[in-house]
Amino acid sequence: MTSTHTPPHIRLANEIAAQFQQRDPAAASREIADHIRTFWDPRMRSKLIADAGRTGSGLDPLAVAAAALLPRPTGT
Amino acid sequence: MSLIKEQDYGTPARPGEATVSVEIDGKTVLVPEGTSVMRAAAEAGIDIPKLCATDSLEPFGSCRLCLVDIDGRKGSPASCTTPCTPGMKVRTQTPKLAELRRGVMELYISDHPLDCLTCPTNGDCELQDMAGVVGLREVRYGFDGENHLDLPTDSSNPYFDYDASKCIACSRCVRACDEVQGTFALTLEGRGFATKIAAGAGGSFMESDCVSCGACVQACPTATLQERSVVELGMPTRSVLTTCAYCGVGCSFKAELRGDEVVRMVPYKDGKANEGHSCVKGRFAFGYASHPDRQLKPLMRERITDPWREVEWAEAVDYVGRRMLEIQAHHGGGAIGGITSSRCTNEEVYAVQKMVRAAFGNNNVDTCARVCHSPTGYGLKQTYGTSAGTQDFKSVEKADVILVIGANPTDAHPVFASRIKRRLRQGAKLIVADPRKIDLVRSPHIEAQHHLRLMPGTNVALINAMAHVVVTEGLVDREFVAERCEDFAEWERFIAGPEHSPEAVEEITGVPAAEVRAATRLYAGARNATIMYGLGVTEHSQGSTMVMGMANLAMATGNIGREGVGVNPLRGQNNVQGSCDMGSFPHELPGYRHVSDDAVRSVFETLWGRTLQSEPGLRIPNMFDAAIDGSFRALFVQGEDIVQSDPNTKHVTAALSAMDLVVVQDLFLNETSKYAHVFLPGTSFLEKDGTFTNAERRINRVRPVMAPKTGKHEWQIVCEIAQAMGYPMKYDNSAQIMDEIAMTTPTFSGVSFAKLDQVGSVQWPCNDNAPEGTPIMHINEFVRGKGRFVETVYVPTQERSTRKFPLILTTGRILSQYNVGAQTRRTGNTAWHPEDLLEMHPHDAEVRGVRDGDTVSLVSRVGETSLRVKIDDRMPVGVVYTTFHHPVTGANVVTTEHSDWATNCPEYKVTAVEVALKNPAPAQTVPAMAE
Ligand code: SF4
Ligand code: SF4
Ligand code: SF4
Ligand code: FES
Repeated sequence: MTSTHTPPHIRLANEIAAQFQQRDPAAASREIADHIRTFWDPRMRSKLIADAGRTGSGLDPLAVAAAALLPRPTGT
Repeated sequence: MSLIKEQDYGTPARPGEATVSVEIDGKTVLVPEGTSVMRAAAEAGIDIPKLCATDSLEPFGSCRLCLVDIDGRKGSPASCTTPCTPGMKVRTQTPKLAELRRGVMELYISDHPLDCLTCPTNGDCELQDMAGVVGLREVRYGFDGENHLDLPTDSSNPYFDYDASKCIACSRCVRACDEVQGTFALTLEGRGFATKIAAGAGGSFMESDCVSCGACVQACPTATLQERSVVELGMPTRSVLTTCAYCGVGCSFKAELRGDEVVRMVPYKDGKANEGHSCVKGRFAFGYASHPDRQLKPLMRERITDPWREVEWAEAVDYVGRRMLEIQAHHGGGAIGGITSSRCTNEEVYAVQKMVRAAFGNNNVDTCARVCHSPTGYGLKQTYGTSAGTQDFKSVEKADVILVIGANPTDAHPVFASRIKRRLRQGAKLIVADPRKIDLVRSPHIEAQHHLRLMPGTNVALINAMAHVVVTEGLVDREFVAERCEDFAEWERFIAGPEHSPEAVEEITGVPAAEVRAATRLYAGARNATIMYGLGVTEHSQGSTMVMGMANLAMATGNIGREGVGVNPLRGQNNVQGSCDMGSFPHELPGYRHVSDDAVRSVFETLWGRTLQSEPGLRIPNMFDAAIDGSFRALFVQGEDIVQSDPNTKHVTAALSAMDLVVVQDLFLNETSKYAHVFLPGTSFLEKDGTFTNAERRINRVRPVMAPKTGKHEWQIVCEIAQAMGYPMKYDNSAQIMDEIAMTTPTFSGVSFAKLDQVGSVQWPCNDNAPEGTPIMHINEFVRGKGRFVETVYVPTQERSTRKFPLILTTGRILSQYNVGAQTRRTGNTAWHPEDLLEMHPHDAEVRGVRDGDTVSLVSRVGETSLRVKIDDRMPVGVVYTTFHHPVTGANVVTTEHSDWATNCPEYKVTAVEVALKNPAPAQTVPAMAE
């Protein structure tokens, strides 16, 4: 369970991922990536992309897959 | 403007075509069937004397002043209760009628104090008028007979008096309370001459069920029920039409003034949102605007620990501009941002988002709607294509089944609640889904067919179960779905899954499966079924999912695109809809268009002369997180007390304390300004010049009744800050801002102040396709083309009750107070709600040894506060409830960082807590609390 001490971008990404658990993983990660691209500020996306590459980040596998689909934001 | 007096037609208008022709005093009139002779005469310009009739109420026929002669009829019938029939010939003035009327008036006047000249309503009294109209010069009975002249005055209500000696027992007040307000607090007691009005069981108004809506005062033809401000200040002499600044109903009012002083606010009959009705807040609670606590000069300080220093506008504005630039130079362009307020006008909000986008050069703008209705925006856009309710309020008159989910309209949207109640009394059926037994569940002449008493946090499981019943019991409107929607087949497969059946989710929601099935059949089987929802839907970690779940249900049953149906968010604050429309989300430009859309950006870039960012900015919770990690350093806060209203207060104050510059623009110093470096005094709605957009997308004018007490409009200050940052931003007046909105935003292209002055109000979209606006949306097709079914998985919140925190806290608001209470706490409304109370079920109280009125500690895993307990079986076992109107309570000290997965709208409605006895109540306060 995520807690107050989980970095916000990880907590938020996991909360989004939880909504797509029942879906086909490829489609789910696309939708999660879309959602994040639409709503997240670039600095949060950069952090997510950075953490997705780390083992033990606490990120849901679907969120990791989604992060891989995100272009690295420019200028952050 | 002089005093506006709407014409009183005596009896309500009847619907339908004018097909019945009658002749009145030689004039021919065409009226709809069922129209009274009195109204037909008024429409022909002939006023028949009347006392007990008024056009907001059904006729009663008691005063006998409105008698007329009708060819072929015996006697002289009362024109208010006589419907027109084809070919009827009526005479309203004959010597015999004049004599009868004089006789009636004589009786009334003989029992009435003759203090007209010193009476506060001298010149505004229908009894006085009628005495003149019927030519009464003397009273033959004398004034010494039995009378009511020594009856006492009831001054228990903080805003109006009941002077029984002046009562003519016309029962307009009783009928107003029944028919207009729907509270049934008043009765006519006694018979004949001894008849008088009684509030409740014969006690005072304050002791009765009266909710102080003012409808009876409005209806009273004499000075019997009278605003105390009129007694104190005298009769007003001029009116200004404006809009209530409290809730999302957006009632139209006549601000009635004497000189520059507001004497009273009177609901405006032609206001489309309220049709002449009001609630205690808009009607009476305007005194805060002239409260001595208001800060009228700018304040500054270097550090938040320093004392404030009053400064001139120029110094404050230059400082803000300079510091914002310095902070950007040190920490990057994205280090600053702003928050807009749903309490401000569209024009003020537009100005702030423009300042952020063009002068700050980023998209770090968000609105306080983030914390209330952002899931509405997301959910309705995904499914229907636009972020707004589908109906106008009037549409509820055609609803046969009303499903109220997570809303408490009688407290939070009282004037609309009165319309709902009227429709229910006419026979529409009601389903309430709410953990609490809200007033609507059972009130005079109303009883919900089904109260689905679900556990907080299980909305999605419930709505999925309802949709499951629709698809598995053959209740889908196949024709509608085939023609108007997409992605249905996948959704149908998903929702038909056995895990969504009412039986399967019963354990989660706590609602008996049979009840869910029966309620769904009722909803789906209705000719017209409508959904009304509030923050009990949105303020959850699955808020957006739930909005989509309701949208699915309405589509599957074909309940979209005509009168009486739809999915309708009841917006909290007055301009939640407008502040969202005006582009104050970090990913959207005005009109809900994404910042990455090159074509849309170029419209603004051309006009504003700046390149705009194509990436979304920070949302409010992200701003706080970024402040704590050091990348976000300066914030402009327009009219919102984020410290008191946002969740997890400790986190918010830590974030604000970490910033280099916090600028607060508000009426009063508040909890947030404790963390501010600059305070810019704001204007009250009585000083504002602009528009508010209510929950039905209705754009209403807010007209100033006085110049800004601060010397400047809020949008002017915003422009000056932008200028101080080197960005030329200037308007001569707020009408020009609306012109810019219309120029850049297709859904508003037909809106202007001139148009609003002409037609009163319009509902967006208002453009070439719909020059008079759009009362009902998605009529032939959805805004996005096809309505889209979205699979709505129920993901339980991570906030669960545990052994340590076994209760669930949910929060809300009550009728007499408004949000953080900054306004209402500074009015007579404190008579009803001097403090926030913790409501809890008798069982939960008993096992903790807590009694009514005791002070308890309320602890969650993030914080602790204390407040007094009200034991109430409106609460289900295991759930406690409080409001957040008073800063001392600090209800948000305990709420957590959990939020809606899609929009980060905080989960105010679910916090795991424990309650423990702190101080027992002194013995004598117990009975007072126990009512
Ligand atoms: S103020 Fe409203 S609720 Fe109270 S008695 Fe009058 S009509 Fe009824
Ligand atoms: S209080 Fe006013 S409205 Fe009510 S019965 Fe008396 S005169 Fe009529
Ligand atoms: S608070 Fe709401 S319901 Fe009450 S008068 Fe104002 S707009 Fe109308
Ligand atoms: S106005 Fe018709 S009877 Fe009173």
